[in-house]
Amino acid sequence: MLTAQDIQAIILTLKLATVVTLVLLLIGTPLAWWLARTRSRIKSVISAMVALPLVLPPTVIGFYLLIWLGPQGWIGQLTQSVGLGTLPFTFSGLVIASVCYSLPFVVQPIQNSIEAMGERPLEVAATLRASPLDCFFSVVVPMAKPGFITAAILGFAHTVGEFGVVLMIGGNIPGVTQVISVQIFEQVEMMDYGRAHTLSAVMMGFSFVTLLCLYSLNPHARMRYAR
Amino acid sequence: MRADQQTLCSPTMKPDSIHLNIQHEYSQFHLAVDIDLPSQGVSAIYGPSGSGKTTLLRCIAGLTQAKHGQIYFQGQCWQSDNQFIPAYKRPIGYVFQEASLFPHLSAQANLNYAIKRAGQPQASKQVEHAKQLNHIIDLLGIGNCLERNPAQLSGGERQRVAIARALLIQPQLLLMDEPLSSLDRQRKKDILPYLQQLKTELDIPIIYVSHSADEIARLADYLVVMSQGKITSHGPLQQVLTQLSPPVNLGDDTGVVLDAEICEIDAKWHLAKAQFEGGLFWLRDHGHSVGEKVRLRILARDVSIALEENHQSSILNILPGTIVQIANDQSPASSLIKIAVGQQSLIAKLTQRSVAQLGLEEGKKVWAQIKSVALIE
Repeated sequence: MLTAQDIQAIILTLKLATVVTLVLLLIGTPLAWWLARTRSRIKSVISAMVALPLVLPPTVIGFYLLIWLGPQGWIGQLTQSVGLGTLPFTFSGLVIASVCYSLPFVVQPIQNSIEAMGERPLEVAATLRASPLDCFFSVVVPMAKPGFITAAILGFAHTVGEFGVVLMIGGNIPGVTQVISVQIFEQVEMMDYGRAHTLSAVMMGFSFVTLLCLYSLNPHARMRYAR
Repeated sequence: MRADQQTLCSPTMKPDSIHLNIQHEYSQFHLAVDIDLPSQGVSAIYGPSGSGKTTLLRCIAGLTQAKHGQIYFQGQCWQSDNQFIPAYKRPIGYVFQEASLFPHLSAQANLNYAIKRAGQPQASKQVEHAKQLNHIIDLLGIGNCLERNPAQLSGGERQRVAIARALLIQPQLLLMDEPLSSLDRQRKKDILPYLQQLKTELDIPIIYVSHSADEIARLADYLVVMSQGKITSHGPLQQVLTQLSPPVNLGDDTGVVLDAEICEIDAKWHLAKAQFEGGLFWLRDHGHSVGEKVRLRILARDVSIALEENHQSSILNILPGTIVQIANDQSPASSLIKIAVGQQSLIAKLTQRSVAQLGLEEGKKVWAQIKSVALIE
């Protein structure tokens, strides 16, 4: 059965995924809005940067984040100068890394649904005296709802499932950075296959249920991104 | 900045007009318009596809920002060299070519969207406000489809809900972009009477974009004809329709529109007599009453010319007049003849051979025989 350490890892994983999903919706929505509507020449540059985690090995992202967030890195210097210390091997560091890694999974579904909506509903709202902010909440959010749901589910599930980035930036500190995937890896390394089985089965069940929700809530959603 | 705080226009501008001076260009297309539209009645903008009608309307609405220009509505500045009021701050209503109802809202919720943003009526006005809502719903005949979602409405119902929505925002200017063009012939026939009704009941100016001569004959008071991004002629409807040089190319739809009043009903023959500023017409009686105002449309191809009053003919309407102008038609075989009848003018389309045989020339007294008078209902 699950040990106390397993349960700690599960709770930490869920907490991480929840925080990351909320942060991603907050920063991913304006980014997706901008990408869907801009005619700027730097759109392709930004799109490519957002999509980078889809093609890079997680270890590469983890490696660079480790350097930038570390005591000699430019972000690390900044966080130290404002008294936050360095972020690697902390929960906050894990959140930052996961946000970078799961960004495309949140931005792209929202961007697609805003693009699919077209300009017309926004123009109609403008002729009905809706300010841009009013229009966003009264028209864009309800019309792009399937995109937001897909984005939230994918962002959450992808964060739960990550391993390489976590290991690079978070290490394996129980209760702080030891998430389920890292815990399983450690158990396998210690030849404790029985406990690894239990946690793996939990993960398997969770992932299946998540995807089942995604497809039944939103039958048109496509898993467009191979890991 | 609120609409009522905007800077006033220069003193040379007519303060109550809709002043448009717009230059806009995009990929090979150049729109250049400078005109003052009247601030009452229906101003129709007519022209073939690609003539810039919709772009002009979008610039007035603020949906497209014209590259250069000034737009003043009854003294309020909507655009000038250093100012651009965004669409959502302009007191307009806009009806798009497609109904464009919000798909996530029911018909009623689409209307509520506008009501909520039209500004809070004062408590004392609330009753009046509710009355007005019911009136608009009645006027457009949409009372029984409000519970449904846009996808469950017919094309005609959708467009009428869209018109109601544009009215419920309580606009000071209503902009309509070919509101009937996405509908089939029957639906058009169904909606036109509602639009005519609106026109008489609303006291706000309407700018109506169309490429249908029929809709314009029914609705317009003022006509602006556009071609390739420029205005080719404009003026009160009758004046523009009877203008032969440069001709307003309406093809088979060339003709005039007259406002008349029913003055007599002949019950035996089911006819009605209508009086206009140049004389009298007999029409089929469609259940008219004496004193009713009607708009008559007389196409040039339905008018022929005789040199003498001929009673040995099946034609009911024969009016004396004077030829004021003879012009070439688009077709080399025919000519357009403008005949002054009292205060009004008619246009006849004749073959050039007939013109030569009858010896027609400007200043000649003739009899205009009108085959049928289309009464616009």
